[in-house]
Amino acid sequence: MTLTAVLVLAAGTYLFRLAGPLLRDRVRLPAGADDLLTRSATVMLVALVATSSLTKGQGFAGWALPIGVLVGGLAAWRRAPFVVVVLLAALTTAGLRLVGL
Amino acid sequence: MRSTWRTPDTRLLRDVAAVAAGAAVSGASFGAISVATGLPWWLPVVMSLLVFAGGSQFMAVGIVAAGGSPAAAVLAGLVLNARHLPFGLAIGDVPGRGPVARLLGSHLLVDETVAFALAQREPARARAAYWSCGVALFGAWNAGVVAGVLVGQAIGDPAAFGLDAAFPAALLALTLPALTDRRTRRAALLGSAVALATTPFLPAGVPVLLALVGLVVAVGGREVAA
Repeated sequence: MTLTAVLVLAAGTYLFRLAGPLLRDRVRLPAGADDLLTRSATVMLVALVATSSLTKGQGFAGWALPIGVLVGGLAAWRRAPFVVVVLLAALTTAGLRLVGL
Repeated sequence: MRSTWRTPDTRLLRDVAAVAAGAAVSGASFGAISVATGLPWWLPVVMSLLVFAGGSQFMAVGIVAAGGSPAAAVLAGLVLNARHLPFGLAIGDVPGRGPVARLLGSHLLVDETVAFALAQREPARARAAYWSCGVALFGAWNAGVVAGVLVGQAIGDPAAFGLDAAFPAALLALTLPALTDRRTRRAALLGSAVALATTPFLPAGVPVLLALVGLVVAVGGREVAA
């Protein structure tokens, strides 16, 4: 990793971040586009949940990770406080790994 | 903007603190791993301040450590971060419309700030959530990286603490309320299936963008209803 590489990655990432809000200003959005954009962000976030809990690199992540996330998800569904959700997920996964799953 | 801060929502701040704590530990492991691969101490620190996208940072350092070229590392990191563009389209003016708010706010656009902002109903609360989460994450992530660079190997393997489960669980908790909408739920399920099915074959980052295919279910539903 070189400083040049870091600067190029930083500049490119920042342009991706800035492009969304700037494009919204330039383009008149049709009615209903707001709903669709919000929904598209939710779809990507849920896909991130799925890929980051089931896969590592290009393979299966093992059982401890998805089970931990599932336990956290169940706690969230039962309206447990956010901190509890995050801690339960991490502790479950850590515990399962400790016993060798 | 000030009015949104006059009544600090303690629950929001507590939720943000939980995510920030996870980011601090992830940052520490990133700093430790980076120096372990032979990078000078300041490079991961500069990288974390300027790039501020953990996944792409881990990936870039990992690719170079595995013998890949810096160009390959940059390309992979950029593909992974391409999702920030549609995220920015979706949250739009949430960070604020002024030039300073926009320029600074855009740098804080990460998965967690988007999820926190979308979880709020009122625009003022969405703005407060976006900025408090962004500032807390930025501080925690960078402080963690500095600590990791200094302490190095003592951090050990973050997977042992189950920390990799904290990020998806937090995102899941934040998006769960939006999934009560049937069309969103169907789109998210189809999108996730597409992302999972394509993960073994495509570079990281592309499957999450492909998840947008799931929206055809939602759009189709609307046309039928109209």
